[in-house]
Amino acid sequence: MFYREAGDFKTSYASDNQTFPIKFDRYRYYAVMFVAFAIVPLIINDYWVSAIFLPFLIYSIAAIGLNILVGYCGQVSLGTGGFMAVGAYGCYKLMTGFPEVNILVHVLLSGGVTGLVCVLFGLPSLRIKGFYLAVATLAAQFFLVWLFNRIPWFYNYSASGQINAPERTFLGVAVTGPNTEAWASYLFCLVILTFCALVARNLTRGMQGRQWMAIRDMDIAAEIIGVNPLKAKVSAFAVSGFFVGIAGALLFAVYLGAAEAGDSFGITKSFLVLFMIIIGGLGSIFGSFAGAAFLVLLPVLLKNVLVGWLGWPTDMAAHLEFVIVGGLIVIFLIAEPHGLAQLWRVAKEKLRLWPFPH
Amino acid sequence: MNDMSQDTYVTDDGRTIGGVVMEMKNITLRFGGVVAIKDISFDIRQGEIRAIIGPNGAGKSSMLNVISGFYNPQEGDVFYKGKKRPPMRPYKVAQQGIARTFQNIALFEGMSVLDNVMTGRLHQSNAGILSQALWKGRAEREEVANREAVEKIIDFLEIQSIRKTPVGRLPYGLKKRVELARALAAEPSILLLDEPMAGMNVEEKEDMSRFILDVNDEFGTTIALIEHDMGVVMDLSDRVVVMDYGKKIGDGTPDEVRNNQDVIDAYLGVAHD
Repeated sequence: MFYREAGDFKTSYASDNQTFPIKFDRYRYYAVMFVAFAIVPLIINDYWVSAIFLPFLIYSIAAIGLNILVGYCGQVSLGTGGFMAVGAYGCYKLMTGFPEVNILVHVLLSGGVTGLVCVLFGLPSLRIKGFYLAVATLAAQFFLVWLFNRIPWFYNYSASGQINAPERTFLGVAVTGPNTEAWASYLFCLVILTFCALVARNLTRGMQGRQWMAIRDMDIAAEIIGVNPLKAKVSAFAVSGFFVGIAGALLFAVYLGAAEAGDSFGITKSFLVLFMIIIGGLGSIFGSFAGAAFLVLLPVLLKNVLVGWLGWPTDMAAHLEFVIVGGLIVIFLIAEPHGLAQLWRVAKEKLRLWPFPH
Repeated sequence: MNDMSQDTYVTDDGRTIGGVVMEMKNITLRFGGVVAIKDISFDIRQGEIRAIIGPNGAGKSSMLNVISGFYNPQEGDVFYKGKKRPPMRPYKVAQQGIARTFQNIALFEGMSVLDNVMTGRLHQSNAGILSQALWKGRAEREEVANREAVEKIIDFLEIQSIRKTPVGRLPYGLKKRVELARALAAEPSILLLDEPMAGMNVEEKEDMSRFILDVNDEFGTTIALIEHDMGVVMDLSDRVVVMDYGKKIGDGTPDEVRNNQDVIDAYLGVAHD
């Protein structure tokens, strides 16, 4: 009744092709942006930022990046953790090497560096597919973590082997380091996420995205109708790496503040981000958000329910959390293999007609 | 190429057939010890509908794959628009204006009909990745221009109502039509159709035949097609190549081929009366 297309006529191809062709969706999007940018920063506190918002924003960026590679271009990658480490260590080296340069530049540059590294490890994709490619990227994961642990230059020869984010300001406000206000780190990540999501959306709805999807759906046919497989795959690895690198840089610099390659960017990170896009929905930008939200919020929610309401001991709750989250993922994937994005699409289809049956 | 091949002539139904646009010279293609195509030469002229027929395993699809660059023949040369074509990757061949459809539909199942057809416009888009990322300037203009061209083809093939449907949900006949649309979107100078009517009922075949004739007539597209339905082949095509066991056993107008004794023995057979 409220959510409908009737009367919403398109008079140009540009308007038919916009991200939110339905008016209601568009207004909802503006409303969400308004709340996220203008209202949330006023009311959030440290707990909300560190437990929910920062991980959600940062993992959303990583999930968007991985979704471009896996969901849109069909190239499986298990190296996300390693690539995030490249972003983190790249950002660290840049921050300490060029302290006078703006942190935003550092974050984007470390994304670029990660893009290059990702292309390097993506080159085998020209010859191998599927599980074999997954194994090749797994090698990247282990190699990169090993590299950052073993070569002291990467952590500036610090005794602990850790990297620590020094304080950096953006427009005069600290966004990294111990003196960061909650709202500042939140807004910084939100701006970058918004930028990443828009770029990803634009790339995936245009010619570039079609080339990626063509390679995903049938690579031989794609080549015969004129898609250069080398360019398509390499660009997917580059763009994916760019986003994942940004996520890694933010995770280290803004969220964790201190990191160590093996602990913070291990294989579990790769799986976490991969689960996010599988649960959220492969080949969907919205799915990246939904998956990140699901896997960030669910543990927090469970902890609050089990410890806060039921009063169970913390250690038991922590173990049960794994069991419940794992079980929910399995149940969820059986019920809806195409992820949260598909649920969302089905809901929208139903809403279009509601309250009429046809 | 001799002078004869450059002559243009007008067919009975008033279409102008131009000079040779593609020539295959002594093509031999082997897979290990198997000889798929043996020393075959033929040409395709501008604006004609050229059929390749023959029994199963005769090497027809291999021939199409040679034309579209998917296979590189061990011997022989392909001349395209008067120039010898070096061995090249299929996407380069596509860039030169050769589009094709497949025997077993090769659409991108996860994408909508519109996106599938838009993918055919790849070579009409030159926007860089930055322009696309920001959706400004060239990318935006090209997207609208491509959409306009694609909508014309969608109109032409009468698939307006399914343009936003994911291809995976479509029935077989429509998929074939979408595949034709995708090939046409590239505005090819030669269109290769690999069994465009396989598995269709009579009505769908009639529709598809009409579309093929219309494409040839309205866009002037040169068409090379493989087909098993002799009625269709004889009605549609201007000239026919007949293959058997990798060899060429006949070449000429439908009437010439129909009366060629080798062709009758190998493929057409005789009516028992």
